[in-house]
Amino acid sequence: MSQMPQLSACPSCEWPLESGDRFCGACGYDLSAVPVRPDDNPTIAMNGSPPPPGVPGMGWPVAPAPDGSGTPAAAHRPTDLQSTDSGGHDLPPGTPPLPQSPPPPAPAGSPDSPASGVRFDHPPQPDEYALPDEYTLQAPDPRVASAPPTPPEGTKVCVACRAGRVDHDGYCENCGHAQPRERDHMELDAGPVAAVSDRGLRHHRNEDAFAVGSGTLPDGRPAVLAIVCDGVSSATRPDDASMAASRAASESLLAALPRGAHPQQAMHDAIIAASNAVNALAGEPATAREQGPHQNAPACTFVGAVVTAGLLVVGWVGDSRAYWVPVDRSSPPARLTEDDSWAAQMVAAGLMNEAEAYADERAHAITGWLGADAYELEPHTASFKPDRPGVVVVCTDGLWNYAEAAEDMADVVPLDAAARPLHSAQVLVGHALDGGGHDNVTVAVLPFPAPPMGAGSA
Amino acid sequence: MANFSKSNVPQFSVDVYQNEYLPEGGREVNAIVTVTATGGGTVGSAVAAPHLYSPGQGPSAAVAIMVDCSGSMDYPPTKMRNARDATAAAIDTLRDGVHFAVVGGTHVAKEVYPGGGRLAVADATTRDQAKQALRRLSAGGGTAIGTWLRLADRLLSSDDVAIRHGILLTDGRNEHESPEDLRAALDACAGRFTCDARGVGTDWEVKEVTAIASALLGSADIVADPAGLAADFTQMMETAMGKEVADVALRVWTPVGTTIKFVKQVAPTVEELTERRTEAGPRAGDYPTGSWGDESRDYHVCVEVPAANLGQEMLAARVSLVIPQPDGTAQNLGAQGLVRAVWTDDMVASTSINPQVAHYTGQAELAQAIQQGLDLRKSGDMDGATAKLGRAVQLASASGNADTAKLLAKVVDVVDAAAGTVRLKAKVAEADEMTLETRSTKTVRVKK
Repeated sequence: MSQMPQLSACPSCEWPLESGDRFCGACGYDLSAVPVRPDDNPTIAMNGSPPPPGVPGMGWPVAPAPDGSGTPAAAHRPTDLQSTDSGGHDLPPGTPPLPQSPPPPAPAGSPDSPASGVRFDHPPQPDEYALPDEYTLQAPDPRVASAPPTPPEGTKVCVACRAGRVDHDGYCENCGHAQPRERDHMELDAGPVAAVSDRGLRHHRNEDAFAVGSGTLPDGRPAVLAIVCDGVSSATRPDDASMAASRAASESLLAALPRGAHPQQAMHDAIIAASNAVNALAGEPATAREQGPHQNAPACTFVGAVVTAGLLVVGWVGDSRAYWVPVDRSSPPARLTEDDSWAAQMVAAGLMNEAEAYADERAHAITGWLGADAYELEPHTASFKPDRPGVVVVCTDGLWNYAEAAEDMADVVPLDAAARPLHSAQVLVGHALDGGGHDNVTVAVLPFPAPPMGAGSA
Repeated sequence: MANFSKSNVPQFSVDVYQNEYLPEGGREVNAIVTVTATGGGTVGSAVAAPHLYSPGQGPSAAVAIMVDCSGSMDYPPTKMRNARDATAAAIDTLRDGVHFAVVGGTHVAKEVYPGGGRLAVADATTRDQAKQALRRLSAGGGTAIGTWLRLADRLLSSDDVAIRHGILLTDGRNEHESPEDLRAALDACAGRFTCDARGVGTDWEVKEVTAIASALLGSADIVADPAGLAADFTQMMETAMGKEVADVALRVWTPVGTTIKFVKQVAPTVEELTERRTEAGPRAGDYPTGSWGDESRDYHVCVEVPAANLGQEMLAARVSLVIPQPDGTAQNLGAQGLVRAVWTDDMVASTSINPQVAHYTGQAELAQAIQQGLDLRKSGDMDGATAKLGRAVQLASASGNADTAKLLAKVVDVVDAAAGTVRLKAKVAEADEMTLETRSTKTVRVKK
């Protein structure tokens, strides 16, 4: 750690630092994360000394010395340097930078900028990978868990005011703000399939949930599945409902598919299992926290997709959707589900055109859901045999509100979605947040056909 | 493992009723906090069945009965006789082992029983002696209630007991000391003992009696007919004997940047507590609630929080119950309630008013409308009085506060209760008007 540059203040919260600090005493910011230094160029003087002689082609930028005014010293970034090949020659133009490491995981659970580093919808630029400009909360480094940082061990510091400790109820002892919860931002990369869920910018909790997984059919071919559920806000405990439904459906599918059940039948059964799981919640007593104006049985929507080598099966109840986006963008994308919603019914009945229906404030009133107070459970399933490779985007209305038409959705899905599903899901969530993030956003991305086991994990 | 040594301390529970949803930019958070004390052990049954009760089992308690002996108590003579009988009935209600004293009050306070600056310990003999001593009570002299309270305080603090309570009876105005003297005496006694205050007849000042009860966290009431004193005293003493824990404070913690707009008790009576806060550590304050038996009370807490973005959630207040100790620490009674604020763009959620909050806002307004209406009536503003009392009738009728509605109907002719249309009665019995004023702060709970 002798190469640690001296910062006069924490770049995150401006807390004055002392020499040798590895973490900010106020907010726990990992100071070692600030200057990203190339691994093969150790011992760089940070005070503007001339470059070491004998390294042609390396024009090091000059960083000003810290002036003590509280401004952190400018950090070198890999992109400040001209890329060179191993011989020290310039790379030909257009060569993508070598990703030294996978993109830094988005900091889990930061409320203000839930997915900093993933909110771009263009091909990644090198600096976005190397150093997101707005680091929010640094996850604690497990290697130094026993080191004595300023806050005593086991104390959590409030992410809102960065001054108070967090009490056992999850609120700051100083400013009272609720702390980010685990579900505020969730990501899961399960090999060929990945999903991202985010609280969004306007809701106080994430009521969406997802489950992704993969299994093997009896004939040895792979099957990949994703389930996405959106809790109904006007009901009690919507977050529990969506979690229970997604888990039950995924367990049901992962049990049925290896036994040789037809994927469409398995999907139908999974919806029934999810429905039963949600219905069971209605019997449990509501907690004291749920004394709000709403007292309805827990409820949620459902959308799921199963992809095998030749078959694509979707199932849904409510207004969560699945889209088909082919790899070859010259062929048309498609929406695979038909909403159980007021707007969809208006369109289906020919009473309104799509634009009028979705502009109406009742557009999102759903006419089908999982829950004890559902009138009649009508699980919809559909089976497709696509003739070309592509990806299936399984999402809640928190995403498709910002890309309703299949063409709009296809425009947002990165071209390499089949190879990098997690990245694509991050991009899609970022698209919804950039659009305003009015609702919880959950996206799962599955490639078609399902890649054989052991391959495809980008 | 059960803690048998503490079986007399009731279990407190706290329930919070609120609409936590605020619109964008919303800052005011209202909550009704219901505090319930239950399971105080044997004391409740000790009152109902004293023969089953052995001394030393309940909390140690001391009671001082302050009886007005001013000259006016002899007009009519039944007043003094009834006061004597009522005090005797109260003494009979004392459970064995309770420390007690009787104070006769005029322009000075005199010890009637046991005397010598001590308290007697209740048993068959002392009860008898006390009742003998009551016969010596005679009317003559003025009224200086502050002196009675100070003597009661000295007597009650002469023994080390858990619960200290006073019962004060007056029939006239506090004429022989300045209001400042009474105020100073109340300030000196506040927090040292609780006190119920009763006015007998109709020659006393409602605001004086309610101020005493309010300062000393007891009840106030009118006994217009002296014949009703014995029953009232018995009932008051039973309540006092049911108290199991004293000096309980409502501790309210609020985060940085938050202002407490008010804290008031709203059931069983309206009692403003905002100004009675004692700071208790960073961002926390204690509001006195006096002593508790098996009972339930409601508090309205209103805080102003800094506005936050949509989707944010914060804790606006944490309400708990403590017994502050002389050394500055506090015994926490365990229960706590959280008042939250959640900003949402769901208009339906953010615009709905919690039924409990709405109900008690109405009950507080009811008490205020009655007091203002009666004040305006006294000052001769009949139009203003009609408007205020009309509003009171409307509120009482809408909230189902039947007792208050009945009292109002004795002061005004109700034309249309729902619309609040009333006519002032030309002739109102003084007792009816004083009863309405004294009981104006009584509230009812939300119909469940």
